[in-house]
Amino acid sequence: MRNTLNDIVVPICYLAAAGFFILGLKGITQPRSARRGLRAAEAGMLFAIVGTLLNKEIIDYTWIVAAMAVGAVLGVVLSLWTPMTAMPQRIALSHAFGALAAGLVGFGHYLEHRGDLTVATSIPLVLEVLLGFLTCTGSLIAAGKLQELLPTRPMVYPGQNALNLAVFVAALAAGAVVVADPRNTLAFGLLITLALVFGLLLVLRIGGADMPTVISLMNAYAGLSASAMGFVLDNQLLIIAGALDGASGLILSIIMCRAMNRSFTNVLFGGFGATAGSGAGVAEERPHRSATPEEAAMLLETAREVIVVPGYGMAVSQAQHKVRELADVLERHGARVRFAIHPVAGRMPGHMNVLLAEADVPYDRILDMDHINGEFPQCDVALVIGANDVTNPAAKDDPSSPIYGMPVLDVAAARTVMVVKRGMSPGFAGVDNDLYYLDKTLMLFGDAKGVADGLVRELEATVPAH
Amino acid sequence: MSEQLWSGLFVLLLATFLGLEIIRRVPPLFHTPLMSLTNAIAGISLVGSLVLAGGEATMTAKILGAVAVCASTLNVVGGFVLTDRMLRMFRTPRRTADTTAGERS
Repeated sequence: MRNTLNDIVVPICYLAAAGFFILGLKGITQPRSARRGLRAAEAGMLFAIVGTLLNKEIIDYTWIVAAMAVGAVLGVVLSLWTPMTAMPQRIALSHAFGALAAGLVGFGHYLEHRGDLTVATSIPLVLEVLLGFLTCTGSLIAAGKLQELLPTRPMVYPGQNALNLAVFVAALAAGAVVVADPRNTLAFGLLITLALVFGLLLVLRIGGADMPTVISLMNAYAGLSASAMGFVLDNQLLIIAGALDGASGLILSIIMCRAMNRSFTNVLFGGFGATAGSGAGVAEERPHRSATPEEAAMLLETAREVIVVPGYGMAVSQAQHKVRELADVLERHGARVRFAIHPVAGRMPGHMNVLLAEADVPYDRILDMDHINGEFPQCDVALVIGANDVTNPAAKDDPSSPIYGMPVLDVAAARTVMVVKRGMSPGFAGVDNDLYYLDKTLMLFGDAKGVADGLVRELEATVPAH
Repeated sequence: MSEQLWSGLFVLLLATFLGLEIIRRVPPLFHTPLMSLTNAIAGISLVGSLVLAGGEATMTAKILGAVAVCASTLNVVGGFVLTDRMLRMFRTPRRTADTTAGERS
């Protein structure tokens, strides 16, 4: 009886799980099938868990039930309670948990089986532990920075590259010793310690604007770690699910890198964030035009085409609902309002989309950079709310600019540009934004929510009655 | 042993390419829900954690396994709840007369 279970029922469960996971990801490629995809992925996980619990290797359920209950309650609480604006740190935390689980399983497996490890299992075991633990500390640091528990500026000091490289090479060396002699517990302990330290060092040097790339990369590492676990345990479901997660993180990392004009190999080895903050930022006073909400509202009243460009500033001041109200009142004035999203706007891939969705903006109004860039020349007002470097025309025109070559939203092509910003300080990259000094640009100084509120009030007073 | 390794590598190769092909098609609109969904799927580490926590093992290994079960259950349950919460918010577009082409990515 138990043999039929193990030889037939369990593999069928795992096979079904793998199929459902793939269907789940396929579902999320389109808005109309996204929720069906979620249901499929949930079914897949149910099959995976049932299949595992039926497994004859499991003899004692007390620990399992207790740990699952605690995890499930924490998971539900943490997910329902997190506000949408805190989504980047929530996602970073879940990378940390996933990677921790993979690392610990590797650790436990080593304790149990270090006597009978072959090269075919010890190499993936080393990779699982290395990736798991470095992703765990790295993601925790990322979450801490996003929550602003840690300083968000990159932590840079002399000899940083050399130190990081040394730690990484040492970790690999410890791993090689474990492969050569699996009974060397000292080397294994060293491997875990160095992996934890490397994750720390890797992310401490990262600043806010590079967070989307880091989060994507950690996503990929966590997946690869689960895949490596599949090799250790000879479980193909783990390999498949880990590979799907790894592929997702990889694609997002590549998209983020392209959007920041950084090379992927550079990012893979943690060379990102290093160029920022040097050279530029000599802020001489240049003339710019500022306007009050009244003046801006007068211009907006007559606009037919408005493109809103949101950025991290909108998330910080939680202005998404006010911005939606602004779009509504502009539409009542007869304008067509659309939203232009740069791939790295905010702090993680898709951050702005989620915030606008929360504020009930229909998704056909939200366009990504490639689809809207051609439309700025026909737009009456481009309203930039809390975005900076992703609108800087210097990225196109000025080869001496540190951000030259980065794809940007073509905001400067609009007839009028309005920029909602707290002050004239440069963006993350420490680069002055030429956009602010154009004749057609009006600066609306203030917090995003406050300015949007002011504009809504002015515009509501003059809505044509019909 | 090495046969297992080879079949594992073939599975890894195919799953990675399949993943890359599918995920390339996910519109930027859904990048955040995609991340939280793949997080939930990566909670598959639960499979390994369960075997460690519930199998025949020393106390230390069982404790490691139990912590891993806790962390990966958190990811599975939390990831699905979070994805559901996000997808619920994406409102279907109003029927507009000026449905322009090329808005779908």
